[in-house]
Amino acid sequence: MSLLEILAKRLIIGVATLLFVSVLVFAGTEILPGDVAHAILGQGATPELVAQIRDRLGLNDPLHVRYFVWLTNFVQGELGTSLANGADIIVEIERRGRNTAILAVTTAVIAVPLAVTLGLVAATRPGGIIDRIITSISLALISFPDFLVAVVLVTVFAIKLQWLPAIASIRPSYEFADWVRVLILPVTALSFTILAHMVRMTRSAVLSVLSSPAIEMAILKGVPRRRLLLRHALPNAFGPIINVVALNLAYLISGVVVIETLFNFPGLGRFMVEAVTNRDVPIVQACAMIFCSIYVLLNMAADILSIIANPRVRYKK
Amino acid sequence: MPEPLLRIRNMDVTVRDKKGSEHKIVEDISFEVQPGEVIALIGESGSGKTTISLACMGYSRPGCYLTRGSVHLGDESVLEKSLSDLQKLRGQGITYVAQSAAASFNGAMKIGDQVTEIPVITGSMSKHQAQAKATELYKALELPNPEEIGSRYPHQVSGGQLQRLMAAMAMISDPKLLILDEPTTALDVTTQIEVLHSFKKLIHDNKMAAIYVTHDLSLVAQIADHILVLKDGKMVEYGATKQIISDPQHDYTKALMAAAHVMPEEIHAPLTITSRQPLLRVENVTAGYGPRRDVIALRDIDLTIEAGETVGVIGESGSGKTTLGRVISGLMRPSSGAVYLDGNQLKPTVAERPREELRQIQFAFQMADVALNPRQRLGKILSRPMRFYRGLSHREANREVARLLERVDLPTEFINRFPPELSGGQRQRVNLARALAAEPKLIICDEITSALDTIVAEQILDLLESLQDELGISYMFITHDIATVSKISERIAVMRHGRIVQQGPVNEVLTPPCHEYTQLLLNSVPEMRTDWLEGAVVERRELIRALDGISK
Repeated sequence: MSLLEILAKRLIIGVATLLFVSVLVFAGTEILPGDVAHAILGQGATPELVAQIRDRLGLNDPLHVRYFVWLTNFVQGELGTSLANGADIIVEIERRGRNTAILAVTTAVIAVPLAVTLGLVAATRPGGIIDRIITSISLALISFPDFLVAVVLVTVFAIKLQWLPAIASIRPSYEFADWVRVLILPVTALSFTILAHMVRMTRSAVLSVLSSPAIEMAILKGVPRRRLLLRHALPNAFGPIINVVALNLAYLISGVVVIETLFNFPGLGRFMVEAVTNRDVPIVQACAMIFCSIYVLLNMAADILSIIANPRVRYKK
Repeated sequence: MPEPLLRIRNMDVTVRDKKGSEHKIVEDISFEVQPGEVIALIGESGSGKTTISLACMGYSRPGCYLTRGSVHLGDESVLEKSLSDLQKLRGQGITYVAQSAAASFNGAMKIGDQVTEIPVITGSMSKHQAQAKATELYKALELPNPEEIGSRYPHQVSGGQLQRLMAAMAMISDPKLLILDEPTTALDVTTQIEVLHSFKKLIHDNKMAAIYVTHDLSLVAQIADHILVLKDGKMVEYGATKQIISDPQHDYTKALMAAAHVMPEEIHAPLTITSRQPLLRVENVTAGYGPRRDVIALRDIDLTIEAGETVGVIGESGSGKTTLGRVISGLMRPSSGAVYLDGNQLKPTVAERPREELRQIQFAFQMADVALNPRQRLGKILSRPMRFYRGLSHREANREVARLLERVDLPTEFINRFPPELSGGQRQRVNLARALAAEPKLIICDEITSALDTIVAEQILDLLESLQDELGISYMFITHDIATVSKISERIAVMRHGRIVQQGPVNEVLTPPCHEYTQLLLNSVPEMRTDWLEGAVVERRELIRALDGISK
């Protein structure tokens, strides 16, 4: 198979996964208890009004028809209006999405390079004092759930020391410095949870490459230590590292839901949680689809990157 | 006497295991290498030859420690250098060619960048100069497309080419000393002499000193001035090549000489066939791999094996010899043709064959350490086929296991041992015993001696023959090694590109005039004389040209 064929195949699998996910999301929100028409009408639901609304929303159509209408609209960016207040969902998602993106990207930009560096440092002297410190701390961090880390951080830095705000609400008037102050705690909490996996995976991937004959050869031909790590070991450990990074960035998305709720941060995650409480089905569907798409896309990107990074696939015999 | 280039004095290397206990794997080694001289370190696996050669570069593998002695290159003490000084020395003063070039190149970096890496990063050459020099070396090593080969990745060139590219990498900084660690062992036999010849020419033309590490005495005779024979980490004999091969002093050297890879002087006479029908008949078999089975591995194969006969199947990697074994044993379905046992057509796959048919054909794999479950005691490994195929009870099977162990010359106490506790040769005996446990009529032996040291391999061949005399079983002996196959077989089939190019009784097939490919294989077996290589290389090239004509 040529590189293009492999990539095309991976893309097709990605799109198929997304379609499958859309079926799940649609079906999942369908089987939620409660009727949308009842939810909209609340206390004043008479059987006539319910029937009228059901008719207007197309809820009487067969399931597959409604699925395809929903999917077509979704793909075209028509996410509909909130059942709770009639606001256009896409406008709100854009606003909230931007906030979440800031939170997630900041975390990724800090955590990924830090994790790879720490993993590499730990791998240079396995069993050494630095390695033991790094691995034991990362093991401890893996063992704590993200909300606990967040609560501890808030207790220490916001309540006891009062250095940072405990709540990360955003105002339009915020300057850069305000953003930084607000983001420090949530970003730290998120980083902690994803850091550990990446550190440990980088360490073990680099270690397994370091024990290969190719590295012994590089030592014997006189390659200096630094270059040995960066030029000979790291590129060969790239595949597993990319994959664990992608997996953790995807995990970031679900982590974001928890952390945003905890810090009262006006992002997509909290938006979804609010919608679930209000039974605002179109919002739940839209958010679920966005989160799932990001998940699928990240994993696909990781696969494609590690395919491209491998010269065995890039250049045929 | 001129000043020696390399001087090793009283060197010990110690291994420390996880529990902290220590034992010496190399003990009291002293030798010298003069400028322009090639010295061979020869010994079997575990003799410490690689450890010694690495120690010459001040390197020891994780867990090993240089505990005594000195290494001097010129007047510099290698072992007293700091790590960064050592790295300079390794890149330029002493260089290394590893056994498996395929594993030793960095798969994520272009070959040319790896070859020129050291002179470029140390600044001793500009990138341009280094590339020009590399191209010169590629030409000297007779690599194809010398201008272009450096821009490829390691997986894009063949094993033989990689081995030569690694030599170019070692030569680029004009080292004083070159260490070659089994540099041809991983290659196909017919490629081996070509690569060996390139190395010899390169060393000679550059007037370099070299340490050549190998287990193969006949190869070393072609290239070394002095030979150092090692056993269990100790020096056994040290002398000039001619003296060692014509008049070995030590018993161990004599044993090595006797087991060396040379053509046997006597070969088997063909069996006189008494039965009307052969034990096994392969008729017109074609087989292929891939999703549509269109990667053809076998074409129109016809082969018969008589009862009590050994048929050698010989060919290089990719010739289809292992695939043939897999088709006969039912591990792979042929796309056409059939296999008959005692005149009855066998079902194509293991899943379809009745147990009784399965019992009669057993398979012995090359890597006994991989084929045997490391977590099962020998008793369990050997009794399972007895109970499965022959329906023996637990107690009967245990009694049989003891007898079987005796039959393959292993102590009966081994019944409670695990495979990893055994030596390589002992494991291969267990591997054979496992096949014998089913009481088969035919055992397919796939390269069962290839991973073994020569002396141990010789013992396994003896065992095969005595089992055959005793039990009357047949062997299909698959190998790449024409010397081994001609020792043990009555008939042989020579395979190339999925076809049998020649088959018949050993004496007929191997007596000239034979098929060009058979001749090429014969020509590739080193002879125990120091002037063999040059003639063999000339003849090889003529044969290859003739073969290319045939393929077209």
